[in-house]
Amino acid sequence: MIVVSGLRKRFGPAVALDGMSFTVRPGQVTGFVGPNGAGKSTTMRVILGLDAADQGSALIDGRPYRSLRDPLRHVGSLLDAAALQPSRTARNHLLWLAHSQGLTARRVDAVLDMAGLTAVARRRAGGFSLGMRQRLGIAAALLGDPPAVMLDEPFNGMDPEGIVWMRGFLRSLAAEGRAVLVSSHLMSELQDTADHLVVAGRGRVIADASVAELLASVSADRATLRSLEDVYLQLTRDAVEFRGGDAR
Amino acid sequence: MSGLGQLLRAEWTKLRTVPGWIGGVLAAAAVIVGIGLLPGMKGSCGQHGPGSECVLPVGPDGELVSDHFFFVHRPLAGDGTITVRVTALTGLLPARPGEPAGTRPGVAPWAKAGLIVKDGTRVGSAYAAVMVTGSHGVRMQDDYTHDIAGSPGPVSASAPRWLRLTRSGDTVTAAESDDGTAWTTVGSAHLPGLPSIVQVGLFATSPQYAETIHESGMSGSYGGPTQVTAVFDHVTPDGAWTGEAVGDASGVPAGNVERAGGRFTVTGSGDIAPAVTGAAGIGTTVTQTLVGTFVGLIAVIVVAALFITAEYRRGLIRTTLAATPQRGRVLAAKAVVVGSAAFAAGLAGAAVVVTLGQRVLRGNGVYVFPATALTEVRLVVGTAALLAVTAVLALAIGAVVRRSAATVAAALVVIVLPYLLAMTVLPTGAAQWLLRVTPAAAFAVQQSALRYPQVSSPYTPTDGYFPLAPWAGLAVLGTWAALALGLALVQFRGRDA
Repeated sequence: MIVVSGLRKRFGPAVALDGMSFTVRPGQVTGFVGPNGAGKSTTMRVILGLDAADQGSALIDGRPYRSLRDPLRHVGSLLDAAALQPSRTARNHLLWLAHSQGLTARRVDAVLDMAGLTAVARRRAGGFSLGMRQRLGIAAALLGDPPAVMLDEPFNGMDPEGIVWMRGFLRSLAAEGRAVLVSSHLMSELQDTADHLVVAGRGRVIADASVAELLASVSADRATLRSLEDVYLQLTRDAVEFRGGDAR
Repeated sequence: MSGLGQLLRAEWTKLRTVPGWIGGVLAAAAVIVGIGLLPGMKGSCGQHGPGSECVLPVGPDGELVSDHFFFVHRPLAGDGTITVRVTALTGLLPARPGEPAGTRPGVAPWAKAGLIVKDGTRVGSAYAAVMVTGSHGVRMQDDYTHDIAGSPGPVSASAPRWLRLTRSGDTVTAAESDDGTAWTTVGSAHLPGLPSIVQVGLFATSPQYAETIHESGMSGSYGGPTQVTAVFDHVTPDGAWTGEAVGDASGVPAGNVERAGGRFTVTGSGDIAPAVTGAAGIGTTVTQTLVGTFVGLIAVIVVAALFITAEYRRGLIRTTLAATPQRGRVLAAKAVVVGSAAFAAGLAGAAVVVTLGQRVLRGNGVYVFPATALTEVRLVVGTAALLAVTAVLALAIGAVVRRSAATVAAALVVIVLPYLLAMTVLPTGAAQWLLRVTPAAAFAVQQSALRYPQVSSPYTPTDGYFPLAPWAGLAVLGTWAALALGLALVQFRGRDA
């Protein structure tokens, strides 16, 4: 379980996080949506200890990320699929990560297989399409068989077939009991995937509710809103804070 | 604990799985060997058939020596004393560049004339001497490497100098006087195994002259043989004297003696001193085989810089820090891994080239001063350490600067550039200053030439003489690397990744 509470962070005069708070629960896919600049990536970097928050905390099973030993065994993450050394092979990229967590080459081959990359494992990552890089990033996130997984815009650059694969994959991770946090700036990508949604805007949470609740409560108010996309646009346009009954 | 072991293994996997990086490390070793084996230097030793080999005289302690002077001698049996007065010291120096060829009047600073007690006239035999010199006053010297200063000042008719040598068993004592009455002991020498009959007498010798010149950005040296003429009188005891040149006189005036009553005018060229390399000496040292080190250093700098800056460029640093949030450890592991790789490359390259390079040089007729096994080990290990610490310095700069090209440029400017400038265009003073304060000081670890204050030679970095002792030079680089690593650590810990 990932618990984010009251994160605040400024980059100079710009407020990046303004009291960001939410919880990622095991066994479900939590969608983390919001327009560009809402603070999604910054929140993820703070959770991973890469950026320091000015205030607030982000805890993994009650502990800050930096205190975790072999952290990839606790949280797997994919922030930027392009973050690869081009001349290093896919397998070797996973191999150094595995070594850093005390994992073996056997585990590397297992996640390569899981991500459908076995055939290209010994090819240079620099030659990979963005879709293949996303798969490699997923493989890296699962290397430590972590109970929590955090993915930043994993649908980016994927072809329709890849998107279908990714959706099924995220569902299966949640079905295995993992806490899954997936960010996107397109609500439609998450419509059939997420169980729960955290809608962010201007560094804070605008809405935090299950998908069903969100649809139900809004359509009761306004008959014109039909899809989740409409709800999302309405929420982020008005910047109205919305919370479902049992979200917190 | 397992954490650090895992981290080192991960960083090593990173280094070895990028072909360009591991290739760069191997290239560092390869260029050190390749350049060291290039047949650049040529010499004439052994190139003209049997008898043309270069053989240097060996002194009583096994060291290579120069032993070449004009000797006016006679035997002395058992203990005894010889006294003389020196009234003049004049000489000839080679003409300066631009002057008409030939010689000009002048006394070389280490031109020597005085009294000597020697175990026969064989080259390299034991001796003790007291002498006046061109610019270093009265000295007592024995067995080539030992030198004791007496009173300073030149010799002239108005300020003559009295000299005395006394043999008592294996001990020879030197004394000097302004008036022949009041004597001051200069020093004494212990010459074990000195036979009962020795040769005593007057000598004159004047060493090869060399001076470095710097004109319009070009450096060089000029020089040639010199000659000294000393006037002696009041020789006691007097007797039947024999005048002869000791040592190989090829290319150098043999010298002579003229006697007029009790007055001896002795002229000589050469030196009685330890042999040195460089402009005023002969041959080269084993250091010459490591001339390709700076190219290997460039390869190491590029690899070490990319080892961290490429992670910033690709955003991979976030993956690294997500896997290991302890940032100080990440930097330390990177330093250990890239430093060890550079050390291994330096060790392999230097070991091969120090061994094979000497053969190539000798095969080309170049005289290579023999180095002890200990010195060769120090050169090899020191070169490996030079590469390793330079890699750590480049890594630290990379952690601060975070950009590949700027990091490589900065590292080249602080270590390779000062070395190249010091070895080529800079005047000796500026070169020595650079080799004291910049990270390039660490090249001192490769020096193998010995210097002696009593042998005048330019002792330039070009000739293999560095201003700092071997390990002191390496310590300068180590200090720079430690400072850079400290700064990198502070920044690396404090900044958002």
